[in-house]
Amino acid sequence: MNFDKEFDASGLSCPLPILKTKKSLNDMTSGQVLKLIATDCGAVKDMQAFADQTGNPLLATEEANGVYTFYMQKK
Amino acid sequence: MTTKKMAIIATKGTLDMAYPPFILASTAAALGYEVQVFFTFYGLQLLRKDLSDVMISPLANPAMPMPVPMPVMVQMLPGMESMATMMMKQKLKKHGVASLTELRDLCLEAEVKFIACQMTVDLFEFDKSEFIEQCEYGGAAMFLGFAGDTDICLFV
Repeated sequence: MNFDKEFDASGLSCPLPILKTKKSLNDMTSGQVLKLIATDCGAVKDMQAFADQTGNPLLATEEANGVYTFYMQKK
Repeated sequence: MTTKKMAIIATKGTLDMAYPPFILASTAAALGYEVQVFFTFYGLQLLRKDLSDVMISPLANPAMPMPVPMPVMVQMLPGMESMATMMMKQKLKKHGVASLTELRDLCLEAEVKFIACQMTVDLFEFDKSEFIEQCEYGGAAMFLGFAGDTDICLFV
């Protein structure tokens, strides 16, 4: 999937993946896609909750060997 | 959509109990909430410029997981509090949990409003120059003015 910005939150625990996502989205423009990498399994539900509450669509979630990759579009 | 609001009253000044208000405040701010945290009594310690003295004690804290079971008589020995604090900080770091200073900075960056209880400052004769500049001083009525209109209000 194409993306405009990437942030690697590997090794970071709650709530840092969410806070870093929010910070990364801040300097992006509407429609751009953020790729976020995390190893915190709690981030799966948290990212969905973040998407639901902020209205930024979570386009895809991938998992491979305990590494989660999220693609979020800025609304 | 109207902005949601959250208010937190932070009354504890230990390393373990410092996390919930800062985690919830920073996360709520990231979700678009307007957030205020009122620091009163021991919670005021969390507004000090230097947070390195914030500690955790195994004493009277029976739910704290210990590497080996430890009788209370041992927990009260000199140095136990520093040791427990050091171990807790190592654990937090190992698991990628943000430091208190980092979380507090993220709160400030996200425009979480910190209110320090003026009465507590007077009571313990605290020196305001030891606290961060990004806090306002106020009382119960000022806090309730905001809290009365919130979607979530927590006492920690």
